[in-house]
Amino acid sequence: MAVVSHAALVLAWYLFVKFGEVPKFVMPSPLDTVLTLRVENYDWVGNTLVTAAEIFGGYAAALVTGVLLALAFTWSKPLEALAMPLFVSLNMIPKVALGPLFIVWFKYGVIPNMAIAFSICIFPILLTTVRGLREVEPDLLDLVRTLRGSRWQTFTKIQLPSALPYIFSGMKVAAILAVAGAIVGEFLSSDKGLGYLMLQVQVTLDTAAMFMAVLLITLIGMVLYGAVLLLERAMVVPDARLA
Amino acid sequence: MSTTPPTAASIAASPVVAEPFIHLVGVSKTYGRGPDAHVAISDATFDVMPGELACLVGPSGCGKSTLLKILAGLHPHDGGTVRVGSSSHSFDPARDIGMVFQQPLLLKWRTILDNVLLPAEILGLPTAASRERGRELLALVGLEGAENKRPYELSGGMQQRAAIARALVHDPKLVLMDEPFGALDALTREKMNLELLRIWRQSGKTILFVTHGISEAVFLGTRVVVFTAGPARMADDIEIDLPRPRTLDMKTHERFGVYTRRIYRLLGME
Repeated sequence: MAVVSHAALVLAWYLFVKFGEVPKFVMPSPLDTVLTLRVENYDWVGNTLVTAAEIFGGYAAALVTGVLLALAFTWSKPLEALAMPLFVSLNMIPKVALGPLFIVWFKYGVIPNMAIAFSICIFPILLTTVRGLREVEPDLLDLVRTLRGSRWQTFTKIQLPSALPYIFSGMKVAAILAVAGAIVGEFLSSDKGLGYLMLQVQVTLDTAAMFMAVLLITLIGMVLYGAVLLLERAMVVPDARLA
Repeated sequence: MSTTPPTAASIAASPVVAEPFIHLVGVSKTYGRGPDAHVAISDATFDVMPGELACLVGPSGCGKSTLLKILAGLHPHDGGTVRVGSSSHSFDPARDIGMVFQQPLLLKWRTILDNVLLPAEILGLPTAASRERGRELLALVGLEGAENKRPYELSGGMQQRAAIARALVHDPKLVLMDEPFGALDALTREKMNLELLRIWRQSGKTILFVTHGISEAVFLGTRVVVFTAGPARMADDIEIDLPRPRTLDMKTHERFGVYTRRIYRLLGME
């Protein structure tokens, strides 16, 4: 069914362009869009890899940092009391607005775009992980305590696995945000990447290439999201998954 | 501890006069201070002999769960004496406590056998031997064949059986049960009571069993310690002299009625 609905959309797009006499620079047909892949000048492979690196890099860094920070918070109540409200406030900053700052700090290129993706991704991951680690049944923690289990045992055997469904729900939100973050970064300043390419072809009104770039960006996002779903399926038993 | 040479105390204690395994004198616990202070338990004084199944009964807020937490070493007590273990029955608080809660609290992502093995893993016991013991215990609690199932595939009663096996896997000397059958339906509960008596007989553990159910306490216990709430204090310590092994028809036994009425009276419900 999923294939049918996607195919229907492409068909509708095709028919609309074909019979609606829409100028090509407003809306190219699906075929025109795909054909832009033949323009070597656009370096599709290179640009896609750069954007993918920004998205995956920022995302991975946010995942590791977010989970470790959340762990630190569950280990130290004072630290959580001190830092958590700050993170909630920082979360309110529109991360996109930090773009120009990151450029000042990291020059332009892959790193600042990764930093924007990172800063946008870390909050949902951090917040859901903190929540997940907190939701553990106190009696289970007591059980480990009567056996003099170490913090690390509590974390690896009880807290992390019970928090996984929450972590994954944060990871799914973050996967979508990571893509937006990296592209906005490329719009602000860059010399590579699909976002950069879109600005270039916008000048020449090659709308088909812009469509293609959007498609590829979406595809990267779907790969990331799909990987998260597969990982969730492998790591979380059906009974424990959050909707 | 078996390598310890006999001491004067152990010789004196053996076997003529048995020493209690749990010895409590005037145990009290208050949470908070000043006007907010809340007495969770006061004047708990009773002994439990090795291998007994002692029931703690009373309304909510009478301190029976607090007492379990004190015995488990999870909360400090602030008055009185708590002694667990004796010269003839050593007790290592780090590995001699098994716990069963009202909810099974099995880990959803683990199989039943791996759930049972959790305490053994935490204590770092040898894997192969623990797995063997885990399987034996699953058979003991009537769950053979469920080793590789996940908790959600079992009913509430079955999950609680697995939780009992988990409490026994590291061969603790003392098993603390906090209303373990409180969440089960009445029929399953009766069945689990009989199962618990069988498991207790076969394992020889000392068990402390907290419950709201007066007839459950009398049916299961070698002794019933009664607590009242508001103020939280211990009201009585009753040895239950009913034939063993217990059978369901003993609930119609005259003495059974005498015990339950006495407890109802203590709780001001008559």
